[in-house]
Amino acid sequence: MKPLVLTHFTATSCIGRGLDATLDALREQRGGLAPCRFERATLDTWIGEVQGVNEQPVRADLSDFDCRNNRLAQLGLTQDGFAEAVAAAAQRHGAQRVGVFIGTSTAGILETENAYRQRDPQSGALPADFHYAETHNPYSSAAFVRAYFGLQGPAFVISSACSSGAKVFASARRMLAAGLIDAAVVGGVDSLCLTTLYGFNSLELLSPAPCKPFDTNRSGISIGEAAAFALLERAPEENDASTPTPDAAVLLVGIGESSDAYHMSSPHPEGLGARLAMEQALASSGIGADGIDYINLHGTATPSNDAAESCAVKALFDATPCSSTKGATGHTLGAAGALEAVIAALALREQWLPAGINTTEADPALALNYQLTGGPAELRTVLSNSFGFGGTNCSLLFARAGRALHGGAAS
Amino acid sequence: MIALSAFIESVGLVGPGLNNWADAQDLLAGRAPYVAARTAVPAPASLPAAERRRTGTGVKLALAVGHEAAAGSGRDAASLATVFAASGGDGQNCHVICETLASEDRALSPTRFHNSVHNAPAGYWSIATRAMAPSNVLSAYDGSFAAGLLESLCQVAVDGVATLLIAFDTDYPAPMRDVRPIPDAFGVALVLAPTPGANTLARIDARLTDTPATVLAAPEFEQMRLGNPAARALPLLDALAAQRTASVVLDYLQDVQLQLDITMLNAMLDNPDGSTQ
Repeated sequence: MKPLVLTHFTATSCIGRGLDATLDALREQRGGLAPCRFERATLDTWIGEVQGVNEQPVRADLSDFDCRNNRLAQLGLTQDGFAEAVAAAAQRHGAQRVGVFIGTSTAGILETENAYRQRDPQSGALPADFHYAETHNPYSSAAFVRAYFGLQGPAFVISSACSSGAKVFASARRMLAAGLIDAAVVGGVDSLCLTTLYGFNSLELLSPAPCKPFDTNRSGISIGEAAAFALLERAPEENDASTPTPDAAVLLVGIGESSDAYHMSSPHPEGLGARLAMEQALASSGIGADGIDYINLHGTATPSNDAAESCAVKALFDATPCSSTKGATGHTLGAAGALEAVIAALALREQWLPAGINTTEADPALALNYQLTGGPAELRTVLSNSFGFGGTNCSLLFARAGRALHGGAAS
Repeated sequence: MIALSAFIESVGLVGPGLNNWADAQDLLAGRAPYVAARTAVPAPASLPAAERRRTGTGVKLALAVGHEAAAGSGRDAASLATVFAASGGDGQNCHVICETLASEDRALSPTRFHNSVHNAPAGYWSIATRAMAPSNVLSAYDGSFAAGLLESLCQVAVDGVATLLIAFDTDYPAPMRDVRPIPDAFGVALVLAPTPGANTLARIDARLTDTPATVLAAPEFEQMRLGNPAARALPLLDALAAQRTASVVLDYLQDVQLQLDITMLNAMLDNPDGSTQ
């Protein structure tokens, strides 16, 4: 595939608002999980809640969109000058030439959960100030971002559970390649709600302690929330000297997508679908498995997910350093693919390999080169895995524009 | 710039008074009288019994139209990439979850939860057909069909693969029906290919436009079009049923619509270079 440039990116999760706070947390190996005190949830689990989400309502002219999910989106897209970068792109290309593709699993369903507790005792009707289209409907996440920036290009939400925030990159790539757009705002926004807390509880997948991906004693997921965004544009042709891509710029160079065709809520035991996605990401980039410097694993910390992913990784890679950052952020579900894409981009930009925190004893049965401590590293390429419920898989491969770190010339 | 073109090989359709594409063609084209009736969603024979019992209307509808389209194309369903497009998915299931969460107990059933994810039909489809090809799952509110078609056309045109598009939406019960009135379930599926073949029905060439969506002449079908996001496909289906080379506009977003130039197979044979004029 033709590489795309991440012109700008940002992330907000329980480890911090914006890139500086996120990077500090990664460097200090600090997580953001805390015992669950969310709304009416009485569950023995830990969650990754973004503090202060509810303090800032959405912009007044967009008040119909007001809900926790869109407040989190707004909090996310106002960090790191992201809003200004999108405005500049709209100026550069025209608002009709900028697409919006957002991943979410539950959008603002928390609004509906609360509305169901305020039904009219006689008629059963929902409260009059409930706005279904702008809060509950999955598309509300993309509609809000599109309206926030006044963009007029094509838009949709991808809602394929925990691969959503990665698969938006694939759709944006196709739209850019088709020439329908010149830039895309891609991202993932998912916020805490009772549907997912009680849903994953019903599947007995919630950990009673902070999640420990790839640990011998891993015991399930910790649900988190996040808003992460990237502005994607075509990379200048290699022979175009007028607009050179800076060496530290981050490129999206490979994408793989697949389905497990196995089970609704369990991964294929040997990780066949996951392996297919990683193989295709490598093939589409022209980079071999030995050219990958770090893998940001899906690593949810359920016994079966991590076992399946380790099978898939071992089938392709030989001791490539890897970790799951979900020990720090929790599993942010439909936002996870975008959050971890931004973490991959940050790792490449800062030349820092993030640790898999909370994990104390990497499971020897999984036999991966799992990184319990982070540190500076020469990273030219990072693979980011996102695998979802229903057997939906997506792997994204990112690279530094100036791939050879010593010697200057791009390889 | 790559032309957003594809060859439609087959259609699957289930809607109010429309039981399959073969019958619906005659009704849409006025060759047989339309009789209004509630949508009859067949049980998915392709799933193992245990899985079949767990599925709701949305999954059954998606699988029914998907299978009809895959069979019509003569292609192995496992070989097709898929795009699923729905505004809201399974309305009944969502209602029960919200009711449960509003109660004191709040304990959900695992089946309710896994049927609630927007990609439940995609998951069941891949299990039923053993398809490991990529699957994408979209929503764009009332423009969900156009969003799905746009994504499918990009897969066909950019990646050069045959793609199965499945768009569907089901009705919500009260009280959600008051805020999202969808009178009845509707599902439509298309197999789209990058090159013409033995089963090609028509060629479509797409572009974005600000022209308003095409209004159907028959009031019962126009009402159906406006009643369900997936039924926004009807101007395209209407032209295919009448075997009429036509240009139609489908609802997408408030400020951008999807225009389709439809060239029927017979017109293509008269005009082998594929141009629409």
